[in-house]
Amino acid sequence: MRRIFAPLSAALMCMGLAGQASALDVRAAVLRIDSPRLLPISRYDLTPDDLGFAGAMLADDDNGTTGSFLGHTYETAQVSASPEDADAALDGLLADGVRLIVVMAEGPDLLRLTDRAAQEGALVLNATAPEAELRSGECRASLLHIAPSNLMLADAVAQFAVWKKWDEWFLVSGSNPADQALADAYRRAARKFGVEITEEREFEDTGGSRRTDSGHVLVQRQLPAFTQGAKRHDVLVAADDTDYFARYLPYHLATPRPVMGSAGLRPVTFHAAHEAWGTTQFQTRFEDLTGRYARPEDYNVWLALRVIGEAVTRANTNDPQEIRDYALSGAFELAAFKGQKVTFRDWNGQLRQPILLYDGMITVSVSPQEGFLHQTSPLDTLGLDRPETDCTAFN
Amino acid sequence: MKTLLASSLLALMAATPALANKAFVSNERGNTITVVDTETWEVLTEFDGGNRPRGITMSPDGTKLYVCASDDNIVRVFDTETYEELESLPSGPDPELFVLDPEGQYLYIANEDDNLVTVTDTGTRTIKAEVPVGVEPEGMAISPDAKWVVNTSETTNMAHFISTEDYQIKHNVLVDQRPRYAQYTDDGTRLFVSSEIGGTVSVMDIAEDGTPSMVGKIAFEVPGVLPEWLQPVGIKITQDGSRIFVALGPANRVAVIDGESLEVIDYILVGQRVWQLAFTPGQDFLLTTNGNSNDITVIDVAAEKAIKSVPVGQQPWGVVVTPN
Repeated sequence: MRRIFAPLSAALMCMGLAGQASALDVRAAVLRIDSPRLLPISRYDLTPDDLGFAGAMLADDDNGTTGSFLGHTYETAQVSASPEDADAALDGLLADGVRLIVVMAEGPDLLRLTDRAAQEGALVLNATAPEAELRSGECRASLLHIAPSNLMLADAVAQFAVWKKWDEWFLVSGSNPADQALADAYRRAARKFGVEITEEREFEDTGGSRRTDSGHVLVQRQLPAFTQGAKRHDVLVAADDTDYFARYLPYHLATPRPVMGSAGLRPVTFHAAHEAWGTTQFQTRFEDLTGRYARPEDYNVWLALRVIGEAVTRANTNDPQEIRDYALSGAFELAAFKGQKVTFRDWNGQLRQPILLYDGMITVSVSPQEGFLHQTSPLDTLGLDRPETDCTAFN
Repeated sequence: MKTLLASSLLALMAATPALANKAFVSNERGNTITVVDTETWEVLTEFDGGNRPRGITMSPDGTKLYVCASDDNIVRVFDTETYEELESLPSGPDPELFVLDPEGQYLYIANEDDNLVTVTDTGTRTIKAEVPVGVEPEGMAISPDAKWVVNTSETTNMAHFISTEDYQIKHNVLVDQRPRYAQYTDDGTRLFVSSEIGGTVSVMDIAEDGTPSMVGKIAFEVPGVLPEWLQPVGIKITQDGSRIFVALGPANRVAVIDGESLEVIDYILVGQRVWQLAFTPGQDFLLTTNGNSNDITVIDVAAEKAIKSVPVGQQPWGVVVTPN
């Protein structure tokens, strides 16, 4: 039997005893770039003003409680800006001495801000951008991804479908570039897990307002017509990153089938009804503090700042480079209310994490599904694997 | 198989005490307490335990059963003979685990939602103190001399050493992710803390004045079981300290650890999602609660073998046995 009791070295013992840590002040920021977006289809999806920032408040509380036993303090600034003002907002933070920055922005803005921040030695944590390219050819050494990629989300859905033996898909995608990127992720997932896409259609975005009085009358006539005559399929998978049509699909299909993807059963990092693995405590803490339910973006920001907190606690540093190196090291692990530890892929900076499959009310399942194995971690069955990435910034 | 059965039967007969003891199992989902005869291993009864009963313990004389009714935000107290509810104790919000001092006077309760350990006087039924601890307090242990209470905080990832003299934290020790349970050896010289997500058990030596020092960490590996599912939770230690038993959650096994070398010497297959453990008096048997198979497993401690499983209520969580 392999020896699995590990006596601690003298150096480690000192770290283990919390009383011997030195005082540190940890200053971070959440920079949220608010791009103009149409209103969501459902009022339940209206964006709260403090989206993401609320997660930062809870993270400061949680990190601060732990820090109080170690002499560490945490203070996270909350800054929102339009895409035009984003660079100036970042410069303001950098001028203020902040070198740990959680960014909520679309991919191109995120990359530009990351490159600017890197000039000042700052570490950026991506809380929202899902593009695969950011984890591949466009990866950056100073950019860690807390948000899962489109590929991870699509793989999470595909694994559940395979587990259900729903291996014939009808893929309906939106016409905007972000919708097409998401559709690509589902095509890739289908190939990866042996699913056949028997029918593909594009639902064109003709623009206009999302909300009209009694719009359901038209929807009820249009969608059965749009979906009729499709080849045999077990499930309809919707790729609608723009959120303009997928929400209308359930109950309006020509052939009664479950909907997954951008509507129906959706892959998310978090939702406010998730309770397993002690998550109820996260939910109640969040709701007491903010007076509302947590969104995935809030959780992602909380998790980004917990990554920083964990690195500060264990490595006893507030240096961005040392925090990055610790997070990417084999020593890093973090409990994140997902039933297993989350860690980073040290080849592209992506956080490994289980994905929740959510029906709008409860957790229906959690991927990776049973039986999907990987030589490193079952979590690496989701998204880009080491041999598949074009990222070289971490070499 | 035959010989195994025969030896188990022998063990059962040999271990039979003059007076039957009773095991009380809290069923988290069933909202009930199942009572099991530890001589015949028959279920005697099942009674209402309040909403989401989890932590469960007993007065030193075995007359009173204390149950953390987590969703009711109180500790319920039951008569262990009549199963009547006697009273309830203030606990602070969402009590999950607690520990009773050896005299039976003070309950030290972890309040997961409020980052507090609440000290409740079981006599006057009042809260004596509230001690701020790390985020999501969970595991609770008390030193044999009752001078120290140890709380583990699941998100802060520390063991907090609280002096029972002034209810101040004197030591904080970082352990691995999501510490769930803490247990002193009977002689008080060692403390074991399980980390569910970290997958390890931290071992600390305890000096005479109560000061902890990390000795090392115990890790687990079982062929054919994903490392992610080796999630240590409940811990029990034999009186002589020679064996440490650790429940490994979704790995469906109890690890047997040598107290001297701290090496894992065996894994005993039990029911699904094994959570908490309790010895019968005399430590002939170790009982495990198995949350996903709705049963308890009986382990013959001397033979280090599982000998029986007893179906109980829905999602059994904790277990305690009446003293002799």
